[in-house]
Amino acid sequence: MTRRLQPFAAILLVAVVIGVPLWLVVATAGKSQGEAVDPDLSPPTTWHLWENLRRVWTDADIPAALFGSLLIVVPTVAIVLVLGSMAAWVLARRTSRLTAVLYALGISGIILPPAVVTVVLLLRQLGLAGTVTGMIGVYVGIYLSTVIFFVAGFVRTIPSSLEEAAQIDGAGPLAVFRRVVLPLLRPVLATATILICLYVWNDVFYAFFVIGGRIDTLPLNLFQVASAGLYLNNWHLIFAYVLLMSLPLIVTFAVAQRKIISGITSGAVK
Amino acid sequence: MVTGAPGSINRRTHPLWFLVPAYGLLLVFFFLPTVFNFVYAFTDWSGFKAEINPVGFENFDQLTSDGTLFRALRITIVYAVLVAVFQNLFGFGLAVLLERDTVVNRIARTFFLIPVLMSALAVGYIFQALFQGSTLLADTTWTIVVVALIHAWKWMGLSMLIYLAGLKTIPLDVTEAAHIDGASRWTAFWKIRVPLLAPAVTFNVATALLGSMNGFDIVQATTGGGPARTTEILNIFIYRTFGQGLFAQATTMSLMLFLLVAVMAFPVIYVLRKREEVL
Repeated sequence: MTRRLQPFAAILLVAVVIGVPLWLVVATAGKSQGEAVDPDLSPPTTWHLWENLRRVWTDADIPAALFGSLLIVVPTVAIVLVLGSMAAWVLARRTSRLTAVLYALGISGIILPPAVVTVVLLLRQLGLAGTVTGMIGVYVGIYLSTVIFFVAGFVRTIPSSLEEAAQIDGAGPLAVFRRVVLPLLRPVLATATILICLYVWNDVFYAFFVIGGRIDTLPLNLFQVASAGLYLNNWHLIFAYVLLMSLPLIVTFAVAQRKIISGITSGAVK
Repeated sequence: MVTGAPGSINRRTHPLWFLVPAYGLLLVFFFLPTVFNFVYAFTDWSGFKAEINPVGFENFDQLTSDGTLFRALRITIVYAVLVAVFQNLFGFGLAVLLERDTVVNRIARTFFLIPVLMSALAVGYIFQALFQGSTLLADTTWTIVVVALIHAWKWMGLSMLIYLAGLKTIPLDVTEAAHIDGASRWTAFWKIRVPLLAPAVTFNVATALLGSMNGFDIVQATTGGGPARTTEILNIFIYRTFGQGLFAQATTMSLMLFLLVAVMAFPVIYVLRKREEVL
């Protein structure tokens, strides 16, 4: 009985819990300004979706914000992965009191919240306030702990015999890391990439403090667009923006769904 | 001998300088600002004058005397607990409902992951639009519950995935043994399978609590801290006072958030870990 009802329950739940809010986005993004003032679930009388998308694309200057987002996300992910796995590898392989303390410090950032206000002061003193470099540095400082945690856990599960073979052949630590360890880390680095992309791509809070008003990223731009008087009650444009901004992530997800799911869940349960 | 035997882990094969770049960046961009928190919370740093002078506990006195500090702390804790409860209830319910590997279930799980991928800001705007015209986001008592429900809606797909992974790790013979011993499906579920989910519960509760204590986007996009500042969690306060140029007050609250998370994190993780050991 319950077995036969279950698929219907699942479909109904998806339709109500996920379908309704997503439909609101699509329907409102397709409405004219007059129709969208009081957003509801009615379909637009005539669809203006393409027109609205084009309007936010040019009015809100999405290309610049997209460029800003990429300029920050790509180097952040690269730096965090390379430096984080270098550190995690050595920390996982060496067992001393010093490395245990350093490991605990290194992963403390997973739990402890970053000091968003004073980091601004520090960046000013370093001459990095409002710069891409400063923003990348802040993200790297926040997410290194995630990479160290994930990679160190993974390194402990792979035997060190492969490294030893290369060492006997005379390879130095850098060569061993680059040619033997890094390729083995691929699955865990894929996980970390996904998580960090998700966090950095969607972040608005840290970006507001560090680069707000100087450099635009997609969420920062959406935030300004939605808060600005110009766009107040212009729900059709806000949701057209939401559609454009969510698209890259949804497409990535559709392509790499299996990897993302196994990535997110690994490490959570033993 | 300068080097160890082949295969030994030592200074030469795993040099400590590999830590230097990562820990250098951690020091500058994470630990140093945190140390600054403990310094600048005791100053009159503001956007209105150039010099910064020590003022002792003046910021704390001011924030406690007008009730702002405890109010923001209380709201943050209430919000975090509500989010942790809702997110885990929804995530667990979804995992149980969609556990079997059928086509419908796989597609349904995919849909519940969409909010996880979306920007929290966008999620906030969606519900602000959805609830326009109702009093759901304008009630001084219940709005915090509504916002916590929205936060849980965004992240329940993640909890669901983790509970699903947890359910998969339970070997079939354990449940079968319970059936042979005469346990009903209901008893087998609550007495055998649910307790074995302890690691998943630990992870989900800890991440939901810590994530929502450090929350900002959803509250900002739905209520902006209102009505009458009843949903003003610490990060909203920090954002607002920073925007007003009251940097020292913002720093003081940032320090309070740090202490709150530090104080709450260790007991939460300890208690949940202990529970795992007992089982």
